[in-house]
Amino acid sequence: MPLIATSQSMFFEAPLALQSGASIRAYHLAFETYGTLNADKSNAVLICHALNASHHVAGVYEGQDKSEGWWDNMIGPGKSVDTNRFFVIGVNNLGSCFGSTGPMHAHPDTGDIYGADFPVVTVEDWVDAQARLLDALGIQTLAAVMGGSLGGMQALSWTLRYPERVAHAVVVASAPNLTAENIAFNEVARRAIVTDPDFHGGHFYKHQVVPARGLRIARMIGHITYLSDDVMNEKFGRELRDAVTHNATGYRYSTQDVEFQIESYLRHQGDKFSEYFDANTYLLITRALDYFDPAHTLGGNLTSALAKATCKFLLVSFTTDWRFSPKRSREMVRALLDNKRDVSYAEIDAPHGHDAFLLNDERYLNVVRSYFDNMAQAHPARGAN
Amino acid sequence: MSEHVNLQAIARLVPEGSRVLDLGCGDGALLDYLQKHRACSGYGVEIDDRNIQACVKRGVNVIQLNLDEGLSMFADQSFDVVLQIDTLQHLRNAEVMLRETVRVGRTGILAFPNFAHWPNRLSILTGRMPVTKRLPFQWYDTPNIRVGTFADFEQLALQNQLKIIDSFGLQEGQEARFWPNLMAGTAVFKLQR
Repeated sequence: MPLIATSQSMFFEAPLALQSGASIRAYHLAFETYGTLNADKSNAVLICHALNASHHVAGVYEGQDKSEGWWDNMIGPGKSVDTNRFFVIGVNNLGSCFGSTGPMHAHPDTGDIYGADFPVVTVEDWVDAQARLLDALGIQTLAAVMGGSLGGMQALSWTLRYPERVAHAVVVASAPNLTAENIAFNEVARRAIVTDPDFHGGHFYKHQVVPARGLRIARMIGHITYLSDDVMNEKFGRELRDAVTHNATGYRYSTQDVEFQIESYLRHQGDKFSEYFDANTYLLITRALDYFDPAHTLGGNLTSALAKATCKFLLVSFTTDWRFSPKRSREMVRALLDNKRDVSYAEIDAPHGHDAFLLNDERYLNVVRSYFDNMAQAHPARGAN
Repeated sequence: MSEHVNLQAIARLVPEGSRVLDLGCGDGALLDYLQKHRACSGYGVEIDDRNIQACVKRGVNVIQLNLDEGLSMFADQSFDVVLQIDTLQHLRNAEVMLRETVRVGRTGILAFPNFAHWPNRLSILTGRMPVTKRLPFQWYDTPNIRVGTFADFEQLALQNQLKIIDSFGLQEGQEARFWPNLMAGTAVFKLQR
């Protein structure tokens, strides 16, 4: 019997003040919950999503094939984050395109579609919005906040903005900020989108077009950075998609046809992505990634920045992840050590690059399971429904 | 931590309430004991995935790190005690790690197999490398890449200008303070910079 997920939505009328100085009001947040909140409301786990994911974290939608949540291998009954013990909440972030209010929705005052006028949102803004959702659900304290990549940044931000509301943080394949190279990749993706003639300065909705070319290229470059050289070579190598017989090499000697399998794969990924993802959302979320830097106003001193965090931490990184490399996780570990915080750190020797945080690796799934097992044991109330 | 070194024998060297770093902490049993019985806190360092899981499961903080890459993650004098229990014999850079141990910790406590224990000497006299309960591996297939003696280590500590606060042998869980280099399978040292 699979876990059945139901998408819910919560409306927030009051304005939410944003880091930029702007605010947003009358917005919706889409969310899902799994498991049961216990009597003293101490078993809640908030899952924060990364770039192209949503509040649909675990389980399947009734009657829909292949509708598993994006972290269904991690979260569910009897899984590493066991929904028989924990009340798990997935929430879609503001500006996203999976149900929460985003650039494709209407501004409450003007009735016009936001488009490029959707306010720039940051990791901190998302965390504040998530905190409001918890308030509405009557949850004061989280047993844990957890996320991978950009989701890990939100988990970290939670421990700094609401330290008294978090008992544990699980930060996977993440970083305390993006490196210049990482911002550079984001910028290439953004330029691909905004220079697409169908982008119309972000107001493409009223022209009833989608800047699909830009989105495709954005996705292609993103996808390359989520994998490792080894995995790509193993999966595709130099294999040709459809070798011709009239040349001994099998090559077409064409500059524009799809020749190698990797090209075919990337184009397919790009096509799929451009059909469901919103261009403005892509710009907003990559910008949120760029801006995140809790040490920024402290002269780059991460130890000072993390002094506010009081919860216990589990950090996980993957050896072949070059987008959010182990080095970046170690920086966070070091800053937590300097602050004498409880922290455990697992560096999983996996070949899959950044993508590894979404894949099935027993060592990874087991270390997270061990962490949540101990949490349930140490606080029996968290284990009981 | 291995089953060869008596847990209590090491634990009693660690002052109550110490902040402890346990290098090569294994499944975290010693840190768990120190946390529960001696009000200590701290972290283990391990390389093995299974041991990482075991530590996390019992609520012992653990950092996955290859000790041969050094201790740059840890600040000077940031721990009261740094432990190296049955760890030194596996390290490529044993001397560097000895210095790192007393850089990071105010006190270092090390335990390792004493190659000069009399049964080992006897074995060498017969022309063969020892294979014992304490050193159970064949010479060509052993994780113990640094074999030294109680007396050798004393020399190394002095060479590095370290103060030996205490040293003794451990044999069958008992302290051996009389001729430890001959009488004990395990050498134990408590050091300061």
